[in-house]
Amino acid sequence: MFKEFIQGLSITFKHLLPGHSTTVQYPDERLTPSPRFRGLHRLVPTQDREKCVACYLCPTVCPAKCITVESAENEKGEKYPQVYEIDLLRCIFCGYCVEACPVEALEMTAEYELANFHREDFKFNKKRLLK
Amino acid sequence: MTPEVEVLSLSSHPLLFLAAMLVKIGVVFGVVLFIVAYATWVERKVIGHMQTRLGPMRTFWHGLLQPIADGMKLFFKEDIVPSQADKVSYILAPMMILVPSLITVAIIPFGADLQIGNYIIPLQVAELNIGVLYILAMAGLGVYGTVLAGWSSNSKYSLIGGVRASAQMVSYELSAGLAIVAVFMLSETLSTRGIVDAQSASVLHWYVFKQPLAFCLFVVCGLAEINRTPFDMPEAESELVSGFCTEYSSMKYALFFMAEYANMIVISAIAATLFLGGWSGPTPFGAVNLLGKVFAFMFFFIWLRATFPRVRYDQLMYLGWKIFLPLALANIVITGFVVVLVN
Ligand code: SF4
Ligand code: SF4
Repeated sequence: MFKEFIQGLSITFKHLLPGHSTTVQYPDERLTPSPRFRGLHRLVPTQDREKCVACYLCPTVCPAKCITVESAENEKGEKYPQVYEIDLLRCIFCGYCVEACPVEALEMTAEYELANFHREDFKFNKKRLLK
Repeated sequence: MTPEVEVLSLSSHPLLFLAAMLVKIGVVFGVVLFIVAYATWVERKVIGHMQTRLGPMRTFWHGLLQPIADGMKLFFKEDIVPSQADKVSYILAPMMILVPSLITVAIIPFGADLQIGNYIIPLQVAELNIGVLYILAMAGLGVYGTVLAGWSSNSKYSLIGGVRASAQMVSYELSAGLAIVAVFMLSETLSTRGIVDAQSASVLHWYVFKQPLAFCLFVVCGLAEINRTPFDMPEAESELVSGFCTEYSSMKYALFFMAEYANMIVISAIAATLFLGGWSGPTPFGAVNLLGKVFAFMFFFIWLRATFPRVRYDQLMYLGWKIFLPLALANIVITGFVVVLVN
């Protein structure tokens, strides 16, 4: 019994010695998320427009039903999303939309500081998603 | 004719006596409260690091102003008295818990006698020839605060906490008291001053070497008596919310908090005085010796808290009545035999 007591005490004492803390002092130091991290979405642009062809696959697959797409045709006769909006308050960051996209027009970034002050600020429209 | 040197008393020089008394009380009280405040910081830091965290870091350098920030926060919190609570005892309870622990410090001697003019001033707030009894009495008083707090809150968790506290404190007080009995069988005095004098010859005269069992018993029982982890059954936040102080808020809660640390200081100081020679060794500075020992004990208590989980209630009772009590009794019997044989 006493041996175990001593063992326990020695472990905690070892941790007390400098260099054992694993805390990251968040706003001062940040961890880099892994490459597979699923953060804020981004619409991938090409030279003059977004890659998205408004195929409606992502709003269909989205389990949270938080993507709104409205397709339209531009002067070259190509389909493009007139409206593309993701409601991040409902998004569960599952990444299905990215997987579903046939033209790899959507990706997820490492951006995770998504707090905001107003509900409207969580609706990410095409302009914000293209950034 | 040269005036004799005598112990300063109220009759010999009332004014000087009062002044000396006030200074002593002020210093002791101030030091205790300062330690109470910074013990919270040290505890959070030490436990944090032991759990590979950092503890408070944001307020000033390494969170050094955290106790002040905490105090201010608690001060401005709303003071809630539950509508079904028993008002008088609800308000009385936090005071009843803090006061006994603070006044116990009065009999801890913290240095050699001071000589001013022809008067000797003992460095101890109150010189009582029944000091040890006083310690036990005050320890017994402390439990009323806990029980009253638990009962008057009129909440089931608080009540369970209070009832546990009473059972726990009563059973451990017994063993702690019996452990002390062995000490004054050796010292043949009940005054804390006398006990320190008896150990002052050298480090080897400390009672911890003559009474190692009593020392261990006293430290563990003391821990149980002041409800520190692993014996914090009355609080047991994982089962009883916060036990007897669940309903308390604002400064009343702060009083409980202060009482916990004040109790820690008191138990450390008593253990240091009774078993480790109090102020009388190893360095020539009385107060430094005592404070060093107190800090060592407090660090040990914090260390224990970071290491061990809470014991179960039946284990606690088993430990108290079936292991510690017989051990303490056996220790007294053996001490008695040895004392008789040696004399
Ligand atoms: S990550 Fe999941 S929930 Fe969020 S928009 Fe994409 S599919 Fe919908
Ligand atoms: S799946 Fe890709 S191409 Fe289709 S609407 Fe979504 S983002 Fe656009």
